[in-house]
Amino acid sequence: MDKQTKNSKSVVTKLALVCVCMFGFGYVLIPLYDVFCDLTGLRFTQDSKQLVSQEIQEDTTRLVTVEFDVSMNQSMPWKVKPAISKLQVHPGRVYITNYIAKNTTQSAMIGQAVPSITPYVANRHLVKTECFCFENQPIEAGKEVEMALSFMINPKLPKDVKVVTLSYTFFDITQSAKINKLDSKESVLAFN
Amino acid sequence: MSTVATDDHHDDHQESPYSIKRWLFTTNHKDIGTLYLWFSFIMFLIGGVMALVIRTELFEPGLQFVDPQFFNSMTTMHAIMMIFGVVMPAFTGLANWLIPMMVGATDMALPRMNNWSFWILPFAFAMMLSTLFMDGGGPAGGWTLYPPLVLQTGDALPFVILSMHFMGLSSIMGAINVIATILNMRAPGMTLMKMPLFVWTWLITAYLLIAVMPVLAGGITMLLTDKFFETSFFNAAGGGDPVMFQHIFWFFGHPEVYILILPSFGVVSSIIPTFARKPLFGYASMVYATGSIAFLSFIVWAHHMFTVGMPLAGELFFMFATMLIAVPTGVKVFNWVATMWRGAMTFETPMLFALGFIIMFSIGGFSGLMLALAPVDFQYHDTYFVVAHFHYVLVPGSIFAIIAAVYYWLPKWCGNMYNEGLGKAHFWLSTIFVNLTFFPMHFVGLAGMPRRIPDYALQFSDYNAMATYGAFGFGLSQLLFLYLVIKAIRGGEKATSQVWENAEGLEWTLPSPPPYHSFTTPPVIK
Repeated sequence: MDKQTKNSKSVVTKLALVCVCMFGFGYVLIPLYDVFCDLTGLRFTQDSKQLVSQEIQEDTTRLVTVEFDVSMNQSMPWKVKPAISKLQVHPGRVYITNYIAKNTTQSAMIGQAVPSITPYVANRHLVKTECFCFENQPIEAGKEVEMALSFMINPKLPKDVKVVTLSYTFFDITQSAKINKLDSKESVLAFN
Repeated sequence: MSTVATDDHHDDHQESPYSIKRWLFTTNHKDIGTLYLWFSFIMFLIGGVMALVIRTELFEPGLQFVDPQFFNSMTTMHAIMMIFGVVMPAFTGLANWLIPMMVGATDMALPRMNNWSFWILPFAFAMMLSTLFMDGGGPAGGWTLYPPLVLQTGDALPFVILSMHFMGLSSIMGAINVIATILNMRAPGMTLMKMPLFVWTWLITAYLLIAVMPVLAGGITMLLTDKFFETSFFNAAGGGDPVMFQHIFWFFGHPEVYILILPSFGVVSSIIPTFARKPLFGYASMVYATGSIAFLSFIVWAHHMFTVGMPLAGELFFMFATMLIAVPTGVKVFNWVATMWRGAMTFETPMLFALGFIIMFSIGGFSGLMLALAPVDFQYHDTYFVVAHFHYVLVPGSIFAIIAAVYYWLPKWCGNMYNEGLGKAHFWLSTIFVNLTFFPMHFVGLAGMPRRIPDYALQFSDYNAMATYGAFGFGLSQLLFLYLVIKAIRGGEKATSQVWENAEGLEWTLPSPPPYHSFTTPPVIK
């Protein structure tokens, strides 16, 4: 083997190794974004436990309107609606409300709600202490259930925000829940 | 270095150009370069026909010729064809032809892999094109393949993803080959800072390819497992996040757009000094500028997704980092202009295309700066303004540079001059029509016409009709290019070794056409 072929072989080996590492890096990016957001404090949502443990003063001088919304992902046949569509709340106090879900099909199903909050700035100030979105929701065929939600608006919510919209999208995860055997612990981590 | 072992990797005799075996089994860099360039031109015609389907539908408001699903699959396929099938293979073809000749080598470092990396492509694109005939049609969610929309693709999805894996594999192998050639095969005395800029820009491009193509491969593999193996990388129901795909995609995607332009910088940096009859101004600054652009390309990806809901700090960081790229790019443009300053300029066809490149690429650069402004991007996002921007940098940018390179080196490759008069006509037709096509898109985009929609509001009719006339004119002008190239290959005025009066570089010391194996004894570098 002459020198040149040898050099080429070593270049190829190194570069191929870089390629394999970069393929892995694509996957590492997923946890990396989380770590990055934690380190820089760019994360939208806030750890609810941490916030609840703090002493929070109720601000009775201020009223914020919280709107409840829900939609079904394309293939989801359930009928879900919030018990009330709008609530005037004082920041700093915990409120409890319900969503009512009905499985309209002839078979038992498992649903998963994914929350979305607007405006963006409200993401870190709307704290859910209990939410049906923390766990997946199995509903028997044709049954209707009430799902609880308790939340608080942090008084630190910027003064110019007068309306906060909490919107849930329901996904049918009957198939994947069976395959992955999602336990509720995992879901808590994922949707907190 | 001087005892280059040729016998163990290729035959010394040149087979007839009409034998299929020669092209299938060739390991010669010139043959493979030719294959790449022809492949690229065929894809250019196919992708061009797709563009014309789009423009035909958009000629008038309302739905008249194709159904919206097919329209969307045309926009998607047009992009995939043009990016992965035209610009990237054309640059690899130029690299194959030119890099060994420019650095004084006999051939590429890895000739067998070279053959393989080319022959993967026709199969990859045959598979990609076959998806148009599958149940549910071809991919129609845009070339960016955003989930969840792309997961609604019919039977085509796994074929699309697999063929993109193949395209990525091919370009990674091509890139490894380029790097190995440049690092190991240079003639004695050809130091890195003596290399022509085309070689430099390709070296940096090759590193970019190696860094980001595997990331794309990872991202689309995640799409595949989300769809078929119940993973939840991007599936909100399972705790994933569709926006994550955009982050991964654009981590690949932004360096990718520099992969599509950096070799053009090298081409233009070769052509301008020849026809200005002055050495390139600021050679070292050109090299460093290219390096800076490549580095910056890794930290600006999220400017493609300003509207997904990013924290303000993120928007600001990506906005400023993006605007920073204007600095090294400006260095390049100023260097080209300074090279021409007080030069004895003549305007042969390659020079015309190179000048067109500088002016029109700068227009695309400026609209890019406008898009980089996060606050106004909310207005421009996903409108025809974006379409105008990236077509200005890709068509009169990359494509013009490739055409310029073909005119510039064609006499060297085939030994015959092309028809200068018709070449100039090709330039003027292309320039007029390309502007007629894409300039009006700025206006309709600013006024709010969304991209990837087969219909539009009445007030956009006139500009869209103009764009359609321009697109047909531009497409037809390229047939003139095809005619000129074939005519020059078949015969014509014989070219000298140097071809152009002031051309400098090792490739011009070889006869035209060059021998099958370029430098069997290494050249002396002054």
